[in-house]
Amino acid sequence: MKLYEYAAKEIFSKYDIPIPASTLVSDADGAEEAARKMGEVVIKAQVLTGGRGKAGGIARASSPEDAKSEAERILGMSIKGFPVKKVLIEEYREPIKEMYLGITIDRKKKCPVIMASPQGGIDIEEIAKNSPEKITMVHIHPLTGIHEYQARMLANSLDRNKAGELIDIIKKLYRVFIDNDCQLVEINPLAQTKDGIIALDGKMVIDDNALFRQDFSEEETGSLEEVARKNGMSYVGLDGEIGCIVNGAGLAMATLDMIKQYGGTPANFMDVRAGANAQQVKTALEIVSSNKNVKAIIINIFGGLTKCDEVAKGIIEIFPEIKIPLVVRLSGTNELEGRAMLGKYGIHMASSTEEAAKGVVDLGNSN
Amino acid sequence: MIDFGTNIVGGVTPGKGGSLVHERPVFDSVNEALKETDANASVIFVPPQFTADSIFEAIDNGIELIVCITEGIPVHDMMRVWSYLKTSSSRLLGPNCPGITTPGASKIGIMPNHIHRPGNIGVVSRSGTLTYEIVDMLSKNDIGQSTSVGIGGDPVNGTSFVDILELFEDDPETHAVVMVGEIGGTTEEESIDFIKKMSKPVISYIVGVFAPPGKTMGHAGAIISMGIGTALEKIQAFEKAGITVAKSPSDIVQLVQNSL
Repeated sequence: MKLYEYAAKEIFSKYDIPIPASTLVSDADGAEEAARKMGEVVIKAQVLTGGRGKAGGIARASSPEDAKSEAERILGMSIKGFPVKKVLIEEYREPIKEMYLGITIDRKKKCPVIMASPQGGIDIEEIAKNSPEKITMVHIHPLTGIHEYQARMLANSLDRNKAGELIDIIKKLYRVFIDNDCQLVEINPLAQTKDGIIALDGKMVIDDNALFRQDFSEEETGSLEEVARKNGMSYVGLDGEIGCIVNGAGLAMATLDMIKQYGGTPANFMDVRAGANAQQVKTALEIVSSNKNVKAIIINIFGGLTKCDEVAKGIIEIFPEIKIPLVVRLSGTNELEGRAMLGKYGIHMASSTEEAAKGVVDLGNSN
Repeated sequence: MIDFGTNIVGGVTPGKGGSLVHERPVFDSVNEALKETDANASVIFVPPQFTADSIFEAIDNGIELIVCITEGIPVHDMMRVWSYLKTSSSRLLGPNCPGITTPGASKIGIMPNHIHRPGNIGVVSRSGTLTYEIVDMLSKNDIGQSTSVGIGGDPVNGTSFVDILELFEDDPETHAVVMVGEIGGTTEEESIDFIKKMSKPVISYIVGVFAPPGKTMGHAGAIISMGIGTALEKIQAFEKAGITVAKSPSDIVQLVQNSL
């Protein structure tokens, strides 16, 4: 789960990482009012995607009137498909120097890694690609946490003259990373200003698997992804015409690849997970069939924990309402019972992923 | 598991100690279970909130093989588990995996029993149900398996492809290996050097060619970020190293038959 900049900064602030004064607003009048109290401000679009500066989603304003008109413009924008619903009005702090500080998980070493670069800002990806020697990486042992010498090394790589201040920020950011179950926490830029070092931007990605012990409430969007997640399933919308319901992520990806090989294009990825029950299968079919582009649906189940008769029960409950042709493949636990239950409904059955993928592409073409 | 021949000696559920399930005793802790049984392996199904604790309990009690089926464990928990595991002599398979099956001998996991046939092909995969698909296809074509192993789909897991490939290389019952990879991470690429040194043929299959970048495809591990870990990159790396890459499960069957 990605957090908005303002939410990440609220957390930074709780850990005493310096941030500029700011107010979150959702209309231009609010922006004007906030700017009146702050003087020169920066208006920043709050969207869950990068590149908003380059897209024109960040503006400076030296008067409340300017702040109002800029906020009005930005609130009407859509950045990479994300409509801007809120802007952060932030006091302008002039950066003397822009640095980068981030913490993520190194999958290869299976531990947190802190990354620091004395050169930060919007081109950090370029720096990472073209001059990786500028980025200092320090791996942290998950059971000991960050050592003082590690924080010092990182701080020195950023700015030797400000090491004390930086060590403090680095250690606090590591606490943010651990306490909030982050997959990523990033300050870019971490700016040196005449009044000290300050986080001018903030990015946090929380591990979805840890949300049960964290206090982040997700924005209700009503998206199919969200409905699926609430029902313990995983859905990713794509732009094709073949609806897919599969148990297991690997088999689901293989199914998508095979649909493509047979000339079709998947409309979605959907993993109903191990042990799916009839109700979940029914919900999965509702979700997938609600996409207007879907011309045919493949249900591909290889049951281990998942019982094929449960899946069949779920299909039968909703089958009369679904006007889209189905191809069903049921193998594994209780496969004979499951297939027998579907037998009398005239549903296309397949005995392997390849056969099912070919079948559903044919059905999609003729529908 | 009992039907498949696994010698299940008991279960552990805190608070249920003293009861019986399938005529096997249930204990309150691993420690108590080990006082009454000679268990040397453990299979963990507990919900993700409690899984890390269960793995620590198994490690602290010296269990040699810990198979963790649970899906959805916080990655911070798994980083702590993994660094603790390194200081012990336990082996962890998983989490988020279907387990391990040696047809005709035993199974620790959740794979459906009837799809397996004893034979000489080793199967190792990051996926659960895709492994079933491939094992089923091999069995239906009279190609039996020596052992089939799911290493799990999470970004931080206990056993890697290389760990299992080493075991297959040393296993006289295994004549060839089917390795099933997917998008995300670089664990497939890290196995290339070892595969090149192996005396046994390895047939690989990598899924997720159609996965859009930046989206998590179910498995937390199956996320492509910063251009690392796309299926095409993996396939190209394998082909460049001279490793056979299959295009579909039925293609795997063909390639295995050709390799023997």
